[in-house]
Amino acid sequence: MSEEGRVCDAPECSKPAVVHLTTVVDNKSTTSYLCKACAQAKGISTDPAPAVDVSDFLAQLGEAGPATSAAIAAEPCSFCEMTFDNFRESGRLGCPHCYTSFEIGMRRLLKRIHGASQHAGKVYLPADPAAADLGRRLDGLRRGLQRAIDAEDFERAAVLRDLIREHETAG
Amino acid sequence: MTVDDFLAVPDFGLGWLDASGPHADIVLSTRVRLARNLQGHRYLSRASDSDRQTVFRAVARAVDQASLPDDAVLLPLAELRRRTQRILLERRLVSDEIVGRGEPESGAGVAVCPRETLSVMINEEDHLRLQCLMSGLRLVDGWSRVDGLDEELGRHLPLAYHHDFGFLTSCPTNVGTGLRASALLHLPGLVLTKEIDRALNGIAQVGLTTRGLYGEGSKFVGNFFQVSNQTTLGQSEEDLIDHLDRIVATVISKEREARRVLMRDAGAVTEDQVWRAYGLLRYARALTYEELMNLLSGVRLGVSLKVLPSPPVYSLNRMMIFSQTAHLEDAAGCPLSSSERRAHRAEYVRRALRDESAHGTSDPGP
Repeated sequence: MSEEGRVCDAPECSKPAVVHLTTVVDNKSTTSYLCKACAQAKGISTDPAPAVDVSDFLAQLGEAGPATSAAIAAEPCSFCEMTFDNFRESGRLGCPHCYTSFEIGMRRLLKRIHGASQHAGKVYLPADPAAADLGRRLDGLRRGLQRAIDAEDFERAAVLRDLIREHETAG
Repeated sequence: MTVDDFLAVPDFGLGWLDASGPHADIVLSTRVRLARNLQGHRYLSRASDSDRQTVFRAVARAVDQASLPDDAVLLPLAELRRRTQRILLERRLVSDEIVGRGEPESGAGVAVCPRETLSVMINEEDHLRLQCLMSGLRLVDGWSRVDGLDEELGRHLPLAYHHDFGFLTSCPTNVGTGLRASALLHLPGLVLTKEIDRALNGIAQVGLTTRGLYGEGSKFVGNFFQVSNQTTLGQSEEDLIDHLDRIVATVISKEREARRVLMRDAGAVTEDQVWRAYGLLRYARALTYEELMNLLSGVRLGVSLKVLPSPPVYSLNRMMIFSQTAHLEDAAGCPLSSSERRAHRAEYVRRALRDESAHGTSDPGP
């Protein structure tokens, strides 16, 4: 976002400002104007965020080199028989098991789409959970309990408290 | 409640229209949705009729067993009349993906908790799309409610979940939390002061996406902009919600600032435009939906700036929904050609505005 006529706010920099940065901390907003170099030094991209286009990402995966793409694409999903080529064409997976069938390719793809390949949100517990999953699940439930208390939603807080007790007993 | 008579309930599934939430003059609605799938079942693109029916029955059983916050109504979409399907679409209870492109697939459905503004689409792109739709800016509240629904259904359904990738979805852009939270913002101040491009660029630079009124691929109409998170993996739901909440709050304050500037520097012109919009809506004999939305935008701005004493925001919200094609045809009791639709729409809006002014406080005559 260019700010016509302004110079960079960074100390000892007089280049034209091209970034208009508004930050909000504790509900207080501050605005600064930065040149491209100073913005990049602060880790701010001056390029517009690209729209997520799964097909583009998938096309690039296909260009990763014959050995890699062959390894990714070799076996169809053992549950739904979708191939990585099918996925590349449609942008949609065939079943939940595809994530395991194409795990190497999916990790790279997710990293490119989301900037991460590790889930950091709420944890769903299967019938026989691992201890680490149970711990992460409890952390999430406790965060939810705190949120419900903050929002004075005591009905929900009671449900979450019971769930936490249930999991603590099971653990 | 039977499938046939749910529409007899006034404002079925339209609690989000009531303009009761924070910043309701700028934020029409907050939506928080979660994408979920059942372990061991193919996604829609590779599912047979029988697969889809199995998923529908499993979800119906879970909806029945779960202690949901309200009596849920389960509607198998393929059994509904086409117009009824479109009414659900126009009320934002189902997506264009599930009913907008021809007859719904077998097994497609929606469960609605009418008073709690919660709903669950079944056999859309994902097996389950849980949604909370609320008035105003209530992202934290919306997340808390949809999380509660997720907890309940998750106790009765084996969800597809991967230790590293989180909740697994048909499209990898939804994997992880499966969370898409959005606020539908009315931003005429930023448009009229030509600050909107700067605002949209800013929104994009902080990793959020802006879409039109009807989501992905829809164009900007009536100065409505839907702002949502773009990524779903690598951050907790709370962090995604908190980030969106802060950015939307900033956009709201910029919009209010733009409105102050408009009234300060171009008060007479703004007032004139608002009254012209009101006058056209009050007396026009034919209106396209796009024209209606643009005129309603002017009136909504006028009400928010207190240039117009009425109609209340709630009534303006209702006009947006009830002047869409399926709602007009339902009121008329028959299909309408496009010229008939324009006439019925104008008549509906004239009557709604006349009723507003007849109810006491609100004849906004000069």
